[in-house]
Parts: sequence; structure tokens; C-alpha cells
Amino acid sequence: MTTGISGRRQWPLPKQAVPGAPLLAVEDLSVRFRMPGGPSVKAVDGVSFGLDDGEALGIAGESGCGKTTTALSLVQLLPGNGRISAGSVKLFGIDLVPKTERQLARYRWREISIVFQGAMNALNPVRRIGEQIAEPIEVRLGQAREASRKRAGELLELVGIPRQRATAYPHELSGGMRQRAMIAMALACDPAIVIGDEPTTALDVMVQAQILKLLEQLRRDLGLSLILITHDLSVIAETCDRTMVMYAGRVAEEGPVRRVFTAPRHPYTAKLLSSFPNIRADRRTLGIIPGQPPDLRTPPPGCRFAPRCSEAMPQCTTEVPPEVRFADGVRVACHLFPPGTPGSLPGTPGRAAGAPRALAGGVS
Amino acid sequence: MSPISDDLLRVEGLQVHFPIRGSVLDALLRRSRGVVRAVDGIDLSIRKGEILALVGESGSGKTTTGRVVVKLTRQTKGRVLFEGQDVSALWGTRPLRAYRRKVQLIFQDPYETLNPKHTIGEFVAEPLEVHGIGRSRAERRDRVHAALEAAGLRPAADYAARYPHELSGGQRQRVVIAGALVMDPEVIVADEPVSMLDVSIRTELLRLMLDLRRERGLTYLFITHDLSLAWVLADRIAVMYLGRIMEIGPAETVIRAPRNPYTQALVSVSPSPDPPEPGVSSTRVILSGETPDAAHVPSGCRFHPRCPVAFDRCRVEEPPLFDVGGGQQAACWLAEPGAPTAEAATRRPAASTALLG
Repeated sequence: MTTGISGRRQWPLPKQAVPGAPLLAVEDLSVRFRMPGGPSVKAVDGVSFGLDDGEALGIAGESGCGKTTTALSLVQLLPGNGRISAGSVKLFGIDLVPKTERQLARYRWREISIVFQGAMNALNPVRRIGEQIAEPIEVRLGQAREASRKRAGELLELVGIPRQRATAYPHELSGGMRQRAMIAMALACDPAIVIGDEPTTALDVMVQAQILKLLEQLRRDLGLSLILITHDLSVIAETCDRTMVMYAGRVAEEGPVRRVFTAPRHPYTAKLLSSFPNIRADRRTLGIIPGQPPDLRTPPPGCRFAPRCSEAMPQCTTEVPPEVRFADGVRVACHLFPPGTPGSLPGTPGRAAGAPRALAGGVS
Repeated sequence: MSPISDDLLRVEGLQVHFPIRGSVLDALLRRSRGVVRAVDGIDLSIRKGEILALVGESGSGKTTTGRVVVKLTRQTKGRVLFEGQDVSALWGTRPLRAYRRKVQLIFQDPYETLNPKHTIGEFVAEPLEVHGIGRSRAERRDRVHAALEAAGLRPAADYAARYPHELSGGQRQRVVIAGALVMDPEVIVADEPVSMLDVSIRTELLRLMLDLRRERGLTYLFITHDLSLAWVLADRIAVMYLGRIMEIGPAETVIRAPRNPYTQALVSVSPSPDPPEPGVSSTRVILSGETPDAAHVPSGCRFHPRCPVAFDRCRVEEPPLFDVGGGQQAACWLAEPGAPTAEAATRRPAASTALLG
């Protein structure tokens, strides 16, 4: 287990950092949304996961499964009616959940930054991209204007935009270039973790391939730690070490990408994979997941996927399946894999905070 | 090329050039600012009951082609034939209405297509009223319900009374399909109909489209940027780049044995949930840059500046579509009968391209 974050970091860790703590450990996180004239909705329900330094985790699932909410709650950028109702988010061992807005400012963007989906909406249309990238360096890291501008130029080159384009406005750039600028901005403060929220959705396939290649390069060269949120399993297959499949606010399955995608255990993961149009597979053999995700105001008891699951058994509709961990680094919450299943590990279910990294698989 | 009698819809020599609007001074001096060559001379034919996918990135001209077919955009050259009849001259006339009933367009974004203040029933009934179809309210209602049911929205009466915000994304897209079905069309031009939706919903809608073809003999022009969607749905695929067709043929051969380097690159980067084999280097061909501006189309083969195997001839001469057998055609000098192999032709690869492994 390495200490929080490796030598690449230019800036000191926060003072309260716990020596030897993992980079990120999220435990039993729950997020509630107040709804007008009704009970609140639990959009994220008891989610736990970790992220090691230099690792890339892909959070997958359909719309409304809680993947974006999970990511936004790491730095508490939830909409006004949402709040973390339980659990902890420990960055270098520091719990961010009880922090005030003021205290969180130290962590947002500087430690955890986000690349949003629509770069056109996330970038300020009336400011030159160079200025926008330099701003957080100046404001958050207290660097001099000249140094910030210089750093912005370096960041642009790093993401494959010629330095001279720093004076361009967002509308003067193509969609792919804007997304690159957005990535440069997210890297501005040399953050510990970069979150990508559907970073390649809505881009052309070739541009998407270019951006994924860039993320891969940045990971290799900078040792970036990434959390990618996407409904596109191919993005995760190509860029991530581990994947966490969410359904209706809970974790269905999590583990090394290779294990989960080539031998899915949870029926939901299997269905999701089979319904992905794959040019390398047979035509017209697409799987269908009947029905829709449940309304979280009235989630079904037991396993939330049970109403749509072809493998559902009587207990699935009454009992919440426990998370069972396997020796290959996968954990799954499904009654098909009860505690004691061959290959499963004894002990408390779920990935405890600071637990050692998965044994094998995709992580090199 | 198949005999004319088989083709329900044909596009011949289609060209759509948009003039670039200059200043008042330009107009006074009759100066031209040039043109955007959105569609630059293409031929297509679709047989009855066939699904032809038109695949291309932004700026390829695929959407403009679709808009010309449904007569929302006027071509500058070429013609569109429906059942052997030239429909190019139909504008603002009764025959145009008849044509529009038979050839329906489904848009990309169900959120923008549906009026939030209208019920689903009102939305689906609207084209009937516009076209004056159905003698009575009851007859129209029956047609609306039949269309909703055909689109998989059952019970239809229940859905007809709802508003768009009460439906999921997949259901909204079904409503849009019902809005096309209510006219009892023969051809559906579907422009990115499923690209905004979750995979599981996407699959359902693709299945619905296949079911509708089986039950009603529908013919589709399916426009998408996603080659893998074309792969699962289409009988034939046409790949467009910068206003031209680069390759066309049966889906099976275009995907499994593409002959144009652009198609080859697109196939190689197409999304797949199969994780890369450890230790095996990727075979993806990632082209550098983006599709150029259609106002400045490169000389010769318009793909040559980004082509990993371009050679001298490609810079000066535009290749026609060469027949490569099995109904497949590719616009590439390497597909010309007796052409040199890619290796022989490109001992010096073009400097502006990058082959990333």
C-alpha cells in the first residue's frame, strides 16, 4: 500500500492528511433528494468504493442509477435539494462529508476536479480559454499571473492544443478541442483525482477515440487517478482498471474491468453488456433488459433489479442481497452468489476502507 | 447496381451547396464568398423493405442528405426518385403532400420534437389534421391509438392522455415513432433516433424498428454517426465523408472487409465493451485532426490529408466508387482493379497523419 499519492505531486498534501491512508475511500455513502410535496428520495444508497493512486475507476449504469450523484457528492456539488445523509468520503484519510463550504473550497478543483460532458456549457463563452485555464492556478494556488499564464500554455500543449490557441474563445474551437481545453482546465491545479462525467459522450467516434487516447496518455505520463462516469461500457473497457456497475442507487458489481466485462456475475451486468451494440460480435443478437429502472420514491423491496431479472428467485423480492467479495477482486450483490459461494472470501462483505487493492486483473 | 424497378427510393447525383453569406458590400460587388459543399455528388438506392444506414461523422453531409429526401432542404443538383418518379420538382403542391405522407422523418431529439403543452394523443393526431386525414374525430382517434400501439405504447388510450414529461426517454422516442406511423408511411428516414438513449432502451427501439419492417414492410434510411448501430440494424451501409460516399455495400462486408481506409479506421475505433487483451497492442487507427470544413474541401481524394495510406495520385485525382464485388463499392484508388497494395503505394506515408497503436 503506497502512501496516499506518489512523487509526481507538486503541492503539499493537506495538513490533516493521514499518513498511509488510501487516496480515496468512500464508505456507505447515501444521498437524499428532497422532493416537492413528497417524501425524500434516496438516490444513492449505501455505496462503498475506493480509489488508489494512479488507478482509473469506471462507474457504469443507466440514467438515474446514481452514478453522477455519487461522483458529485465526493466534493458536495449536489443540486440544492440534495444532501449526503450518511457515510464518509475520505480523501487521504480526511473525511470531507462534515466539512463546511469554506473548508471544501480547499479540496474542490485543487484536489478533485471534474470534466463535464458538454464542454460548451462548462466553459465560459466570453473568456479566452487560456485565461480560463490560468484562473484556478492564480486564484486557488496563489500563483503570480505570469506564472499562471505560462502554466496554462503548458497545459494546453499537454492536451494537444497548440499554445498559440490560448487566445481563442470556446466557440472558435471544435467540439473535440473544447473537450481538450476542459481537460486542461481540470488538470490546472494538479489535482489528486480527476472525475470525468461522460467526457466523450456527444463526440464523434474518431474524436472520442482521440480523447480516450489522450486520457490514456495523461494517465501514463502523469499517473493520473481517474473516476469516469459513463453509460458507455466501451469507454470503461478501454480506459479503466476497475469498474463499478450501479443499479437504482446501489452497487451491483465491482471489480477489475477484465473480470467483470468478460465474466459478469450480476445478471444486470450481463444484460448491460449483451445489450451493447458491438461491431466485433454477431449482428442482431442484442439483449434486451425488459422494463425500466424503478422509481426511487418507491423502490422495490429486496433486490432492486429483481422485477427485471430473468434469474429472480423468491428471496430476491424480499431480501436485499449482501455484497460478497471474491478472490479475483470482484464483489457482487446478488442472491445467486450468497456468502460462502466457492471462490468468495470470508469476512465482512463490501470493500472496507483502505482494504488492499484487488489481487489481480487489469491493474498493472 | 440493382435494376430500377426494385428501388423504392433513389438518389441520383445529389449535390447540396450552401452559399456562404457575405457582407452587403460583397452582394453589391457580386463577390462570392464561396460555398459549403455539404453534399457533393452522391447516388443511393433503397429497395422496398430494406434498411440502408448512412453513417458519417459531423460534417459528413448525412443529415443534409436525409433532409433532401424528406424535402426539407432543396438540392442544388441531382434528383430524388420515389417509385421511379422524380419528386425533385414537387414543391408546395398536392403531390408534395402525398409524398410527405409516404416518406416520414424521425428526429434525433424527442425532447425538442414534443411540445410539452400537448398530450401525446394531440401530438400524434396533429399530422392527421394537417393532412386532413380521417373523416371524424373518432376515426382519427382510432388511427392515433393504432399508431401508439404499433409503437409499443400500450394501453394506447392511457398514453394518449399523458404529457411528455410523464414519459421516460425511451417512451418519448416511441411517441415520435408513433407520430410517423400514424401517416402509414412506406419509408422512414430516421436521423440518430436512438443515440441519446441508454443502451437497454436503444436495443428495444432497434427491435421495434425491425418488427415494424416485418409487420408493415417499412423501408428505412437510418442516419447515424455510430457504425455499431448500423451494424446491428442495417442490410446495407453507406459511409459518408465530407459530402461523398466513401464506401457502400452489404453491412457484413463493409464492416468485416472494408476497402476504404476511412471505413477501416472507423471500424477500428468503433466502441466495443471487450477489454483489450493484456500485452496485445491495440490495432486502432486513430486519425489525427477532425473532418475539414466543407467550405474548403481538399483536392484529389478529400480524405487524403488524414489518410494513413495516401499516395501521390490521391492528392490530385478524386477516386470514383470502384466495384469491389459482392455489391460493395469503395471510393479509393487502392480499390481500383489492379491497384497496388497499400504497402507498395505508401512507402512514404503522408506526413500529416498519425498511426497510433
